[in-house]
Amino acid sequence: MYGFLIGVGVLLIFSIIWMVYRIQTLVSVVKGSDKKIASGSNKINAILFVVFLIGSTILLFWYSIKEFDNYDLPVASEHGVVTDSLFWWTMAITGIVFLITHVLLFIFPYKYQYSETRKASFYPHNNKLEVIWTAVPGVVLAGLVISGWMAWSDITAPAPENAHIVEIMGSQFQWDIRYAGKDNVLGDFDYRMITATNAHGVDFTDKNSIDDFPSPVVVIPKGEPVLFKIRARDVLHSVFAPHMRLKMDAVPGMPTRFWFVPTKTTAEMRIETGNPDFNYEIACTEICGRGHFSMRKVIEVVEPEAYQKWYAEQKSFIQMNPALAAGTSSETKEVAEIQITEK
Amino acid sequence: MSTASVANHDAAHDHHDHEHHDNFVTKYIFSQDHKMIAKQYLVTGMFWALIGGFLSILFRLQLGFPDMDMSFLRPILGGWIDETGKLDPTFYLALVTMHGTIMVFFVLTAGLSGTFSNFLIPLQIGARDMASGFMNMLSYWLFFLSGVIMFISLFLKTGPAAGGWVVYPPLSALEQAIPGSGLGMTLWLVAMTLFIASSLMGGINYITTVINLRTKGMSFSKLPLTIWAFFLTAVIGLLSFPVLFAAALLLVFDRSFGTSFYLSDIYIGGEALPNTGGSPVLYQHLFWFLGHPEVYIVLLPALGITSEVISTNSRKPIFGYKAMIISLLGITVLSFVVWAHHMFVSGMNPFLGSIFMFLTLIIAIPSAVKVFNYLTTLWRGNLIFTPAMLFSIGLVSFFISGGLTGIFLGNSAIDIQLHDTYFVVAHFHLVMGAASFFGMVAGVYHWFPKMFGRMMDAKLGYIHFWLSFVGVYLVFFPMHYIGIAGFPRRYYSWTSFEFANMYTDLNMFVSVAAIITFAAQFIFLFNFFYSMYKGRKATLNPWRSNTLEWSTPLVPGHGNWPGEIPTVYRWPYDYSKPGAEEDFIMQTVPLSATPESNLPHEQEMVKLELEIMKEEEDVMASNATSH
Repeated sequence: MYGFLIGVGVLLIFSIIWMVYRIQTLVSVVKGSDKKIASGSNKINAILFVVFLIGSTILLFWYSIKEFDNYDLPVASEHGVVTDSLFWWTMAITGIVFLITHVLLFIFPYKYQYSETRKASFYPHNNKLEVIWTAVPGVVLAGLVISGWMAWSDITAPAPENAHIVEIMGSQFQWDIRYAGKDNVLGDFDYRMITATNAHGVDFTDKNSIDDFPSPVVVIPKGEPVLFKIRARDVLHSVFAPHMRLKMDAVPGMPTRFWFVPTKTTAEMRIETGNPDFNYEIACTEICGRGHFSMRKVIEVVEPEAYQKWYAEQKSFIQMNPALAAGTSSETKEVAEIQITEK
Repeated sequence: MSTASVANHDAAHDHHDHEHHDNFVTKYIFSQDHKMIAKQYLVTGMFWALIGGFLSILFRLQLGFPDMDMSFLRPILGGWIDETGKLDPTFYLALVTMHGTIMVFFVLTAGLSGTFSNFLIPLQIGARDMASGFMNMLSYWLFFLSGVIMFISLFLKTGPAAGGWVVYPPLSALEQAIPGSGLGMTLWLVAMTLFIASSLMGGINYITTVINLRTKGMSFSKLPLTIWAFFLTAVIGLLSFPVLFAAALLLVFDRSFGTSFYLSDIYIGGEALPNTGGSPVLYQHLFWFLGHPEVYIVLLPALGITSEVISTNSRKPIFGYKAMIISLLGITVLSFVVWAHHMFVSGMNPFLGSIFMFLTLIIAIPSAVKVFNYLTTLWRGNLIFTPAMLFSIGLVSFFISGGLTGIFLGNSAIDIQLHDTYFVVAHFHLVMGAASFFGMVAGVYHWFPKMFGRMMDAKLGYIHFWLSFVGVYLVFFPMHYIGIAGFPRRYYSWTSFEFANMYTDLNMFVSVAAIITFAAQFIFLFNFFYSMYKGRKATLNPWRSNTLEWSTPLVPGHGNWPGEIPTVYRWPYDYSKPGAEEDFIMQTVPLSATPESNLPHEQEMVKLELEIMKEEEDVMASNATSH
């Protein structure tokens, strides 16, 4: 029944539109306005441009100011402060250009709308003007590029020696975390060694891997450099930590990295945002299949002391599952056994 | 229609004779006439625009109304709507992928370049037809075939390709990773291969025609900017599409023949694959080597059309004709050396990122020059707001808005945060999607009288413009905020994350705006098809324009001009020239006929022109006696 009524309604609307259309066509033919170069609609369109300009400018400023705290994510890393300031500088510069060009673009149609009594100026070129507006954007862009390049070089420079290493491995559809253990060196891995119990494919014949441990969340210390070693197990993924202003693809067969210094603990951020449930998150930003939208991992930023404590308390892969050490050389086995008996 | 105009002149030109033997099949289906092929491209492009737009409405429903019961879509989508009325997340990705592929390649490449390069190149340079009519026909039919295959892939049980329109491996290479990477991806690759072949044949034709078949007097410095744009677009396509072909071919090898160009160290579905040594980043380099020039392949023709429409309807010469050409050339060259700005965080060497940031921001300069020149063309003009003019102004607005956000994304440091968020979606939909689409629509409104000899209804055009213009902004402007807030692209839903668990209202708003904007396109469709048969009869030069196409009969027949092809004596932008009686002087009017409006340097050229004309008359006379 509803379907029928909607159908009738749509039909009615269409027939009304149709009639209005036919009537206006006939009226314009009778008035002879279709023969004119520019009919009354010319003025209406010219006015609409100005209306659009004013309306959209008001809307733009009202919404941008009202929503600022919503879309401006709090920043929690040292380089993030730099890239944010670059972002807002670029916003200011392009914003000015945006407004000026649009004011001109929409005011000119109103000001110079067609009139039979007037003739357009024949103004085919002006070399001076053209040089100016090639050079000025050139200089401004050079400024933006150079500041961007300096920031980029710092961000992508090799991580400091003392950086805390965290391995993040993407797979459909989760992140797996591995820490380097006491030696702060991650053990080798090989994707062919991946089994149900060894999701990372850690090579336990490598001595460095014996103290490696997993973690359900990424725990990192505030104020100290952290190096994310990123890899993927199946398809492309991308580590995105929005509050850290951090993003790097996870590529199967090609480990990538990103280092940064977190500046606020989770607890501090909970106070700053006024949200007691606040958590730093990692999301995936490279399409990876069905569960792409749900690859969540929590980052917990803590004070360095708390971090040291937590770090020391973690159980290594081998401690949790001694069977992993099976088949390794006797020397490493010994080390592993010592570890197991230690706790 | 065309036979009538040609019948009067059949004696003049031998090659017109076969016109009389055209039957339905050779005239409307396997036509070799550039004008008919252009119309075929246009109608096919419109069909694909509807499909592509409809797919976007489907996923906008999901994003705007995540709790909606979509059972009513089951008649179309079948099993992709589950028992609880929810859209399947895998199919969501397929929708996004097909929307992108269809819009970028089938609508804005084939629909835009295919239509207007075919239609306007011979008409505006003064040629009888394309250099090779047969190859032109082949180009269309390969495109058609490619479309048929892509269309079929939409209905596969495992769904069409679903790895994003960029189809990055390994996702696109492994069926285990996503069902769309099975048969759907195979068909995608086959369709794209045919499409590339079609593009190349078209491109070769456009280039050859522009270089070789210009009429007498039509030097490169007298070419309309539309032709410059189409010409350079074809050059870009010719140089970049083969690289996509190579990328696709290697992907085919990886998928079907066990090679490892892009695959390495993969453990999926409980087994370790044997592939080692490949690099997914290699694919990205190859893909974007086409992918970025592709942006300009869809944009340049739109800018060319806009230049023509804005100049004509401002009744003013385009400001900085030479600067416009230099900008086009600059964009053409630079478009090949900026591709890796799509890959700042792909894991490639950061040093490469620095280089590509420099090159990328350089390309903003010619783009800025173009915008300033458009503005100056409007300044002190005598503006007539035809629907085409409105859409051209709309294009300039989108080009500014989307272009400026490109300055953020081209800066690798800022791009870290914005990459693959909705900021990118907003950016490219404005600067290449909406801008190119508006250029295409402007072209249809402007050249409809030449295509069908009738006028489209202007009032419906105004309504169409305002709904589309405001609609596009309402759809894409809010996405900037969502993007700055860090919302990632290609997400089925954002509720899994605390940072993105907001803006449901804004997303709903965007979806509603998208539906209205899509609905507004039906006004255009009605206007188009209704006016084709019932529109007001057009006059020979309805916009009082200067270019050559308006010197043809109302509906030009095969061969375009009965009798001689007109000679060109001046540039195409002599609007409102001081001293001239009318506010336009067509390219076919000799300088010697307009002493009242000639500029000093043109007065010099009159002598030369008269000498050449005299020489020619002598040749003609001697030819006539020798016959």
